[in-house]
Formats: sequence, C-alpha cells, structure tokens
Amino acid sequence: MKIVFWFGGVAALILTGFMLFTAGWERPPIESAQTGFRGTGMVEINNPRVDPPRLEAQLAQVPDMSPLPPDTPGPSAGDIYQNVQVLGDLSVVRFNRVMQSMASWIYPEQGCAGCHNLNNLADDSKYQYRVARRMIQMTQTVNSQWASHVGATGVTCYTCHRGQAVPQYTWFNADPANTAADGLTGWRNGQNRATEQVGLTSMPEDPFTEQLEDSGQIRVIGDTALPMPGEVGTSIQTTEQTYALMMHMSTSLNVTCTYCHNSRNFGSWDQSTPQRVTSWYGIQMAQNLNTEYVAPLSSELPPHRLGPTGEGQKINCETCHQGVNKPLGGLQMAEQYPSLLGPSGGTQVSSLSDQDVEAALAAVELSDTE
Amino acid sequence: MSMLSYEKKYRVRGGTLLGGDLFDFWVGPFYVGFFGVTTIFFAVVGTLMLVYGAAIGPTWNLWQINIAPPDLSYGLGLAPLKEGGIWQIVTVCAIGAFVSWALREVEICRKLGMGYHVPIAFSAAIAAYITLVVVRPVLMGAWGHGFPYGILSHLDWVSNVGYQYLHFHYNPAHMLAVTFFFTTTFALALHGGAVLSVLNPGEDKPVGTAEHINSFFRDIQGYSIGELGIHRLGLFLAIAAGLFSALCIVISGPFWTRGWPEWWNWWLELPIWS
Repeated sequence: MKIVFWFGGVAALILTGFMLFTAGWERPPIESAQTGFRGTGMVEINNPRVDPPRLEAQLAQVPDMSPLPPDTPGPSAGDIYQNVQVLGDLSVVRFNRVMQSMASWIYPEQGCAGCHNLNNLADDSKYQYRVARRMIQMTQTVNSQWASHVGATGVTCYTCHRGQAVPQYTWFNADPANTAADGLTGWRNGQNRATEQVGLTSMPEDPFTEQLEDSGQIRVIGDTALPMPGEVGTSIQTTEQTYALMMHMSTSLNVTCTYCHNSRNFGSWDQSTPQRVTSWYGIQMAQNLNTEYVAPLSSELPPHRLGPTGEGQKINCETCHQGVNKPLGGLQMAEQYPSLLGPSGGTQVSSLSDQDVEAALAAVELSDTE
Repeated sequence: MSMLSYEKKYRVRGGTLLGGDLFDFWVGPFYVGFFGVTTIFFAVVGTLMLVYGAAIGPTWNLWQINIAPPDLSYGLGLAPLKEGGIWQIVTVCAIGAFVSWALREVEICRKLGMGYHVPIAFSAAIAAYITLVVVRPVLMGAWGHGFPYGILSHLDWVSNVGYQYLHFHYNPAHMLAVTFFFTTTFALALHGGAVLSVLNPGEDKPVGTAEHINSFFRDIQGYSIGELGIHRLGLFLAIAAGLFSALCIVISGPFWTRGWPEWWNWWLELPIWS
C-alpha cells in the first residue's frame, strides 16, 4: 500500500513541476484596453512582449512596393499580350507591375515560372496560372463587394499568401473516416482531439464545412431564459460547431469572446461591440468566397493538392488574419493596386456606413425572430 | 445554549491589541474594543457611500444598483467621485472593516485564551477579496480591473472576465477552488447530518456519541476521520477554497493572457508522448 502512495506522490510532484515550468506562464506588465462601460469586464488584454512582436515580424516580411506609375494612355495589356482574361484593360506598365508584385507575393523564389510557361507566357496550361486568374477575380470581388468586412483597407494577394504559393493557414473538409467509428474508442464524431484550428479545445475539428462554406447560420442561443414547452431547441452538435468556429475566430484574430460579444447575452446585437458586425460579414464573405471561388477550383488542382474529400484547401478567418485582429495591422496595400480593387480596375471602395450597419442589423434581427 | 456559557471566560479584561483598556468594554452582549469601533466606522462610511452611489445612479432596484470601478484610463490613480471614486472609497472601507473584524476576532481569541483558528480562516476570505480588488488590479496596472459592487453587475463582470480567457473552467486553480468549495460543503453536510442524527435519535432512544458516528463512517467507508479530525479537515478545505479562488483570479491576466484551454498544452507536450 505504501509503495502506491509513494508512486502517486512522486508522479504528482513531477506533473506539478511540468505544470509550473513548461506551461508558458506570462508575467506583468500586461496591456489592456477598455471596450465597454467601466466595470463590465469588457476589456481586451494583451502581452506586450508577445502580441505586438507577432505583427512586427509579419510587417518586416512585407516586400517593398514599387510606386504606382501614372496611368498613361496607349495600348492596354490586353491589346499587347495574348490570352489576358483579367486585368487586360490596364496599361502595360501597370499590368507588368501587378505581375511582378504577384511574383514577389506568391512565388518569391520561382518568380514568373511559378505560374507561367517561360517559353510562352500566354500559355495557361499550368494549373497555377488558371488558379491565379480566378484568385485575381476573387480579390476584386472582396475589395468591391465586401467592404462591409474589409473596409477601405481591402486585400491583396499578399494578405493571405505572405510569400508562399499556398497560404499557410487553410483547411480541408474533414476526412469522413475521422467522423466515423474509430476502433475501440468508439465514435469520435470528428472531435475530442486538441486541434489548433479550434483553439486546442475538444470541439469539432471541422466547423468550417458547415459554417464557412455551406450557408450555415449561427442560431444556437435561445430567445427565452428557459426552454419553453413544445420548443425544439438547437442540438448540442450545432452548438459545439458554433463554439468551435468561435474558438477558431478567437485564435485567428488573437482576441477573446469579449472582443465582439458582451457575455451577458451573446446573441444580442445591441449589447455587442461594432466588431461583431464586421465579423458577421466576414462569415458571409468566407461562405461566398469558398463556394464561388475556392471550391470550384478543386477540379483544376493536381491530386497532391486535394484533401480527403477530393477537394482543395479552403479559406477561413486565419487565412488572412494570421493571429492579428486586422490583417497586417491594417497596412494599406490594396490602394497601391487599383486594378485589384474591382473588376473595372478601380471601383471606389467605400467604407461601411452607419446606414449599412443598421440595415444589416435590422435584417439579422428580423431573421432571428423568424 | 444554556448548558455551555462562555460568559465567564469572555467577560474578562485584557487581551487587546490596540487601545489598552480604553475600548475594553461591552455594549449589551457585544464586545467593542478598538477594532469594533473601526469596524463600525468603516462599515457605516462604506455603506453610506454605496447608498450615495445608488442615489446618483439610475435605479433603486436592489438587483441593478451598480457601483463601478473607474475607467482603465485612470490607471492606479484616484478617480473623480462620480466616475469610480465611490468604488475606491468603498473598497478602502470594505478592507478596513474586514481587517478590523478579523483583528477584533483576534482580541476575543486572546480573551478566551484559545488559538487563532477563526481569524486565520476569516483572513483567507479577506485575502481572496483583496486579491480581487487590489492585488490583481495593481498587477494589471489599473483600478478599473476591479469588479463592480452590484448584485447583477458583478455577475456580468465575472462572466465577461471569464470569457476573456475563452473557457475559465480550464483554469487549473479555478478547478481546484471549485473542487474545494464543493468538498467543504459536502464534508459539512456529512458532518452536520451525522451530528444531528446521533443527537436526535427519536423518542425513547438514547442520544448517541462521537463513537456512534465513528462506527457509522467505518461501516460505510472503512474509515472515520474522527471528532477532532473532521473540524481540522473542514478548516483546511474551507481555507483552501478561498486561497485557490484568489490564485485562480490573480493568475488570469497578470500571469496568463491567452485562453485557458491553451494552458493545458504542457500536458500535450509531456515528453512521454510528444
């Protein structure tokens, strides 16, 4: 009996040691910013030795941008080059500048050869070429139609790519094998592993298929304090999917629940911060982009780019945000590339107006009460 | 209570910490002492400040009255009375009253010639309160990190601060504190139930003794901690609950700014399986 106590005691001591010395504790001083009335606990806290350096490191990687040349009249890129299906109305100088920037943003090593056949630049037989063309259209759509999420800052290829051919943070639709029976441990239901994408919790590992690709809507909080007789509530599974997505958002933006929500009532828009509206548009945007642009490209991709369901990588919040609440700290890159702002080569991006927000809120409240 | 009267041991001169014989008197059944006077002073001033705060606030609804701490922008400085200054004065008064009461308990212990177990136990609760409204705000650099005084408002604060760490139930010290709170109430329930059972055996049956309780627990779980032991255990559980509560909030922010689920990475990264 005594040996058992000794063994248990020593094991507890060792684990306590790991707990105290390897958990990655932080220390004061810490930074905090108040986002609500005093005393409500609506506060964002950050470690000044961890969080600002992450953004600084990202900004240090941004390639130098050549200044935007004047838009000289003359033949456009579409007139000079062959097989130019997007950006064809740009002047040759500006067109080449975009091409060079894309090379430095996406293929800093290979350069043009990342997408092009160097013997014939018009040849779009490489899949990268065809994907890039569609991605330019996607970028234009984001900047021209999703100002509700990206504001006046907009996005460029670099917002996601950061010098890599495939953005670092993407996701595949979950392997059906992981959601099926799993040997002796039974049905894991695609959860119960500490997955980074869902903040190292035990939540479902793929909340994205339903909520960032399909047109899933988050409707898991009841309107009444207690379940009412006859009311069919939301399932635990749906709720956990929602929480998994929220964990993902929190990790991606390096913020916590109170950045958008007042936990007094998570679902109430009039108690939430303005960031929640931006975030809500972000969910709609991700659904739209994954459905319209990213998923259909799966048929273009070679087998080694495909996930367990035969589809390619898709985007989520982290693809752009990468641990920062405003990607690249809100660095103004897109305005240096008017051709990426919209299909006509320069639709004026308007920032979100109050009327837009109110209209969106009204629409959301309406659908909540349905 | 007629059988056991401590009045003879209690109503003795001396044992005071401050004030000598000056405040060494009773008002009715209550010992006063220097710290009785300071308790009354701080309690009255603090309560009046709360009433003043309620009076200039939007509601007299007891549930909704809210005395909030200053904005974070005041840092560790003094805030205007109506923008958190009341909270600061109330906090000083509360600590003054709590500490005075603990020291009055010490004086009574000295009169009775007993150990300081009661003031020490109460000190654990005071330590938890001071950690919440002084130590953690100081470590985080602003009084505004203290919690508001109000029935519903302090619950809102607890909720939001909890969600700042994504899932507060993953906080290891919170786990221990909750466990100690449940265990202390469980132990008290077992002990209270056992005592009441042996003392109220029913008509015409003899009153039981401590040995009956020992027999019961030896029968049911193979071990009885004993008459003295249960009180030591209760004291330990209750104090540990308070101290781990203090620990769980003081590490949230000053020593951990991320989600608490992430803290458990040390387990995932143990050299056994990683």
